[in-house]
Amino acid sequence: MSEMRTETMTVNMGPQHPSTHGVLRLVLELDGETVVNAEPTVGYLHTGIEKTIEQKKWQQAIPLVERMDYLGAQSNSLSFCLSVEKLLGVEMPDRVTYIRVLIAELQRLNSHLVWLATHAMEIGAVSVMMYAFREREQLLNLNEMIAGFRLFPSYIRVGGLREDLPRGYSKAVKAFLDKMPAALDNYELMLTKNQVWLKRTKGVGRLSKADTLALGLVGPMGRAVGINYDVRKAWPYLKYETFDFTVPTRTAGDVFARYEVKLLEMRQSVNICQQALTRISPTGAYDCGDYRVVPPPKDRVYTEMEALIQHFLIYSEGFTVPKGEAYVPVEGPRGEHGFYVVSDGGNRPVRVKPRAPSFLACQALPHMIRGGLIADVIAVIGSTDVVMGDVDR
Amino acid sequence: MPVEMDAQVLEVLGQSVPDGAVEPVAAIDMPTAYVDRAHLVAVCQTLRDHPSLQFSFLVEITAADYHPAEPRYEVVYHLACLGEAMGDSGGDAPPQRRLRLKVRVPSEESPWVPSLTPLWLASNWLEREVFDLFGIAFSGHPDLRRILTPDDWVGHPLRKDYPAQVRKDAAAWSPMQLTAEEFAANVRASQVTSAHAARPRVEGRDESPAGRSED
Repeated sequence: MSEMRTETMTVNMGPQHPSTHGVLRLVLELDGETVVNAEPTVGYLHTGIEKTIEQKKWQQAIPLVERMDYLGAQSNSLSFCLSVEKLLGVEMPDRVTYIRVLIAELQRLNSHLVWLATHAMEIGAVSVMMYAFREREQLLNLNEMIAGFRLFPSYIRVGGLREDLPRGYSKAVKAFLDKMPAALDNYELMLTKNQVWLKRTKGVGRLSKADTLALGLVGPMGRAVGINYDVRKAWPYLKYETFDFTVPTRTAGDVFARYEVKLLEMRQSVNICQQALTRISPTGAYDCGDYRVVPPPKDRVYTEMEALIQHFLIYSEGFTVPKGEAYVPVEGPRGEHGFYVVSDGGNRPVRVKPRAPSFLACQALPHMIRGGLIADVIAVIGSTDVVMGDVDR
Repeated sequence: MPVEMDAQVLEVLGQSVPDGAVEPVAAIDMPTAYVDRAHLVAVCQTLRDHPSLQFSFLVEITAADYHPAEPRYEVVYHLACLGEAMGDSGGDAPPQRRLRLKVRVPSEESPWVPSLTPLWLASNWLEREVFDLFGIAFSGHPDLRRILTPDDWVGHPLRKDYPAQVRKDAAAWSPMQLTAEEFAANVRASQVTSAHAARPRVEGRDESPAGRSED
């Protein structure tokens, strides 16, 4: 009997595949059902945002940076503003800081809800998608309240916030936060002990601790393998050191561990939001009050010559940022996030470069799916929570 | 308020690389130093592996173009030591620290810096991105190809002498497989085929196969 001849098969997955989260393309080399090798190909969403920002004034960069990681929009604008404010040397009043904490944590919930919805749906738990998107819709309504724009509010600005919180906002946030723990229980009820879910996620896409760090994966990916690193604890910004929260970790480093870490993180975010909400005074400052950077209040613009001139200058020439460079890390929904900004002392940035956690997660994909089954590829991509806007920029 | 380099870091580095290879500069957010590109790999290796430093987290690699100043480019590396967060040191981990290293790269025909791929897996794509957008080559990189722009792209978009708006068709592209006419013709053809395919089955039911009718 002659020996059976076998050869590997190359299959192209994406870029137009619903489970690749945007336009990720994977070239898979398969031996039957087993993935022998994989090569991610990125760049389909490259729009040159970094080049565009170099042509814009500092404040005009906000809508652009929000469109990089489009699921964590306000995490982008927050980290960009923190870096620029570091160069400017302006200090924020506590009220602005706490509003920013609230916005950042709501954004994390928002991003994690989309992740949970799509990740569960791809593995086959379609009803979770319906429930998670229901809660996410309420978060988008909150964004609509503060800015009239649901996905990219551009509410966090260099020097503070765009305007004060609208009337009824804290009541609406409170109503949402009160519902959220029960909603999270509901997701866990549908997934955590679900045999199908466990079979599809446990032991899948495992990554060792050393590889995780060498690949630059921190955030939920790192915490799922026992790297207890959270920027909010390690290098606190926005007075996170005064908030009471824990950083959940797991050691398994598989898809299920990432799921567990993210769900626990959402509970902590709800907790932080509630603390921030009690600290935000009903009225008060919503910017740094430094009129070199933010326009003076309207009543002064209409009555004082100096204020009118300053208002005009800020909206025509923009403000200048002292020469130098800064990188302020924040804990984004996908891990450490931050903008390296360079200024030559002018009113336009010389260089703006985000640390893109999704870019590194994409690079790590072959390490996680090699040797696994083709059906697990989808589970692994979902667990890394890649956003192609963040990868390609 | 400028942030100075940690004396301990400088001392350890001074033991492994010659004087002048590391040049601390003032920065406002984290300790920063210029590194001579000939000693970059040695410096990074010491930072990563020395037990009292352990900068094992490569945060980011990027570059900036200061055209027309000279040296024109700066390649920027952000490193971090996560300290106790690694959780496997048993309580004697070095303190959490951040560090920024910068390498001056003069404007030359093909600017280059040494690759850090032997030290960190993460540097592979990060260096490819810098190569793609700035045209700075990383010597020793195993797979230095463009990553964000198409393979046949000409020029490096983030250089300051590259225009911000270019209108350019892709040089290589595969056409959509069908024109509208071909598509319509195909639909007609498949209708005809399926009509033909359906007929024998209908006929087959009438003429029941021999042997089955007996059951």
